[in-house]
Amino acid sequence: MKYRFLNIARQLALMLLVIWTVVSLVTLLIEVVPGDPATVILGETATQEQIENFRAKHGLDRPAFFFSYGNEKGFVWNGSDNRYADYWLGLLQGDLGTSFRTDRPVRDMIFERYPSTIKLAIAAMLVAIGIALPLGVLAGSRKNSIVDNLASFFALLGISLPTFVIGPFLVYLFAVQLGWFSPTGSLYPEDIVLPAVTLGAALSAILTRMIRSSVIEELGEDYVRTARAKGVSERKVLFKHVLKNGLIPVVTILGLQLGVLLAGAIITEKIFNWQGLGLLLLEDGIGKRDYRLVQGCVLVISVTYIIANSLTDFVYRKLDPRIRLS
Amino acid sequence: MSRLAYIGFAIAILFILAAIFAPFVATHDVAAQDLAMRYFPPSAEHWFGTDGLGRDVFSRVVFGARISLEVGITVVVISAVFGTFIGSIAGFYGGFVDKFLSGYVFNVFMAFPGLLLAIALVAFLGAGQGKLITALCVIGWVGYARVMRGQVLKVREYDYVMAARALGASNLRILFTHILPNAIQPLIVQASLGMAGAVLSEASLSFLGLGIPPPAPSWGTMIEEARQFFATSPHILLFPGIAIALTVLAFNFIGDGLREYLDPKQRRR
Repeated sequence: MKYRFLNIARQLALMLLVIWTVVSLVTLLIEVVPGDPATVILGETATQEQIENFRAKHGLDRPAFFFSYGNEKGFVWNGSDNRYADYWLGLLQGDLGTSFRTDRPVRDMIFERYPSTIKLAIAAMLVAIGIALPLGVLAGSRKNSIVDNLASFFALLGISLPTFVIGPFLVYLFAVQLGWFSPTGSLYPEDIVLPAVTLGAALSAILTRMIRSSVIEELGEDYVRTARAKGVSERKVLFKHVLKNGLIPVVTILGLQLGVLLAGAIITEKIFNWQGLGLLLLEDGIGKRDYRLVQGCVLVISVTYIIANSLTDFVYRKLDPRIRLS
Repeated sequence: MSRLAYIGFAIAILFILAAIFAPFVATHDVAAQDLAMRYFPPSAEHWFGTDGLGRDVFSRVVFGARISLEVGITVVVISAVFGTFIGSIAGFYGGFVDKFLSGYVFNVFMAFPGLLLAIALVAFLGAGQGKLITALCVIGWVGYARVMRGQVLKVREYDYVMAARALGASNLRILFTHILPNAIQPLIVQASLGMAGAVLSEASLSFLGLGIPPPAPSWGTMIEEARQFFATSPHILLFPGIAIALTVLAFNFIGDGLREYLDPKQRRR
């Protein structure tokens, strides 16, 4: 019991350490912007006064870190009055800074869009599971049959076709030709279907392959032979015994793939003009060079992923006692 | 080796040849615009049709292979060398060094979901081929480092390594002549899967407008430009799309095939 508690504490400490590093990296990334962000944003025609005002307002006139190292001055200790410390102080109060462009708090801009990205990612995951579970079980339990070959072909297609090819194709087929959905936007509840299928396609392919090989592996285990020898029906063997064990590795993949989904959502949101975090990052952040907003978006997406991943790890340990012991 | 791996090799070689001999394979000048010939469907003159500026899509797809493979190969080589180096340090020295590298550094780089770190880097650095390659290497090397670390940890304990050590071989010598050759197989598998990933990432970033800027014929950029006109002229999007899918598929086939071939446990199934 004590050992388990220590283990969880260690996991938690590692998670916090990783989050600290990720935040630090993102905070300092603004330093690699070629040239002066103020000039980039205000343009070549800005007066010296405008630039200075802008720099003062966003703290760009102050040192970036606790110390700095330059060619002229050498090593300089800047003390605690620096932007890095400021960013952290703000973060601890739930403040992600002020947008360079709109002067709105970045936190508000992000959390307006956050729910729709999470909704899209969860919908994509449900689509992927909905396709992969029946297909993978069918393919695995009927190895080398026509169903199996078809499933493998489908999986290969899903893995190799990029989202930005699948997306326009789905729009053409279901929105332009059949007229079932609107091609872009997120006005009606059913508008989520096409983006979710587009985003979930690759994941469904990966899952199908995993579930298939998992089912094949478990079907060869001794307990399956025992169950069959006892006269348990094949359906019961498959759903009560094989799936229960075979789905454990799938859970980890789901956690790890959430990151791919969150990054993939950026592309999907662009295709469907889905008003989520990805589009905010692309259009308002990167497109308008609002570096503060870019920092906030990258941070929120990464931290979401880290937390989701740690949770999956936790669930995985609960499901499989063998891992807990080792 | 499996049939699929051979198909993968065949497709990959086809694309590599097309990339090397692009100036001879291409039927038209990639940059030549002909506004009278916009959105023409495939024909004998323009095999894959023409795009929104009247440029020949076939020639652009051929030259696109050059960009894709150039970026892919550079990214794979740089991240493999760097990752192998870091991974062998972690595996070979163990102890605190390993704890720091594999427990902390690897985790940090894996904490960024998928392409996000590359997107963030390019957003701050600016677009361009060199910066794109840098960004993809930054996200790519961890995979090799983890594979290498695992291999070194395994091989390190073998008797012949002990024997070499007993004979007085230096750490570097043991690493290069005994451990590396034994770890090379999984690294090759990782490299071919990494190649597929790099090609896809380059196309994705270019699609987002964060990769190779136009008018360079990157497949991702071509798809982005063709997207709005898919309903009326699907060929402009379809051909670069097929090119990406085939390249990614080929390197995935090679990677999967090699893995099965090199791992007898999987071959039986």
